[in-house]
Amino acid sequence: MSTRYAVITFPGSNGEHDALKAVEMGLGQPVEAVWYKETSLERFDFLLLPGGFSYGDYLRPGAIARFAPIMSAVEKFAAAGGPVLGICNGFQVLTEAGLLPGALLRNQELEFRCNWLHVRTETTRTPWTSGLDLGQVLHLPIAHGDGRYFADPELVDELIANDQIVFRYSTATGERDSTLNPNGSVDDIAGVSNRAGNVVGLMPHPERAYDPLIGGDDGLRILSSVLKAGAAAISG
Amino acid sequence: MSATDQRTSTLWLVEVFVSLKPAVNDPQGLAIRDGLHMLGYHEVDDVRAGKYMQLELSGEDQSQVEARVQEMCEKLLANTVIESYRFDVRPSISDEETAG
Repeated sequence: MSTRYAVITFPGSNGEHDALKAVEMGLGQPVEAVWYKETSLERFDFLLLPGGFSYGDYLRPGAIARFAPIMSAVEKFAAAGGPVLGICNGFQVLTEAGLLPGALLRNQELEFRCNWLHVRTETTRTPWTSGLDLGQVLHLPIAHGDGRYFADPELVDELIANDQIVFRYSTATGERDSTLNPNGSVDDIAGVSNRAGNVVGLMPHPERAYDPLIGGDDGLRILSSVLKAGAAAISG
Repeated sequence: MSATDQRTSTLWLVEVFVSLKPAVNDPQGLAIRDGLHMLGYHEVDDVRAGKYMQLELSGEDQSQVEARVQEMCEKLLANTVIESYRFDVRPSISDEETAG
């Protein structure tokens, strides 16, 4: 009935409260945190995998979380076409789980990067970007040490051909400028989707940009896109 | 060296080495190389940083253990999108000592 967002919370997640607040306060939508030991997601329409350091980033970021009990339900939800958004560590979990292509490596300069920047919307075919305009620039914060997106040249070609690159780092006016790429990601990629488009991962934090009071509310454009996508699907 | 119980499994020591694939840029390795150069070790051309893991486990024979460890590497210990791995398997010495 009602639109419900789930925020999948692992031991070591730290962005779940930002995500809950963003959906509650920014969108006025019902949202619940779902603990990693749960096994069902049937009551939810949209999944958010928040940022943080699940399992202490041990072995590799996301490597252990991908085997958490809730992940079978996440995989099932994704396979059925449900919209899934992985943010930062959530992006890392989704790549480790094989739900998104590529991998995330230690930042090129080996520094933890924590600042606001701009990304350009590269596709509107995903439910998380269908409410945006192609080329629309968003002002979002990043906070990560392992955000260097890696895909080998063949995979990059495939991502381009299949319209799976969702966001690229850019200037405030939407030009590509590799000097503004904060982590050495291949092709300035900040976010990608799976082949179908329903699973999206990105390193910037839309859930930390939900009110001008905290620096901006561009994140709501992403988080609310699924509402429009859902409405379109229902009316269509 | 009694072999009265054929189903007795042996203890094994497995050493797993994981490193980034050659095509993947390794800034940690480059930083370590630069550090060695600063210390005067200019003969160092390249450094690749990686992970070392030591597993103690029981198994029936070497090939069975190798097959299991390969699975572990593929599923968890390495991310084969970016990393390659190798491992060495040998009987645990402490086990031989206690058995003898």
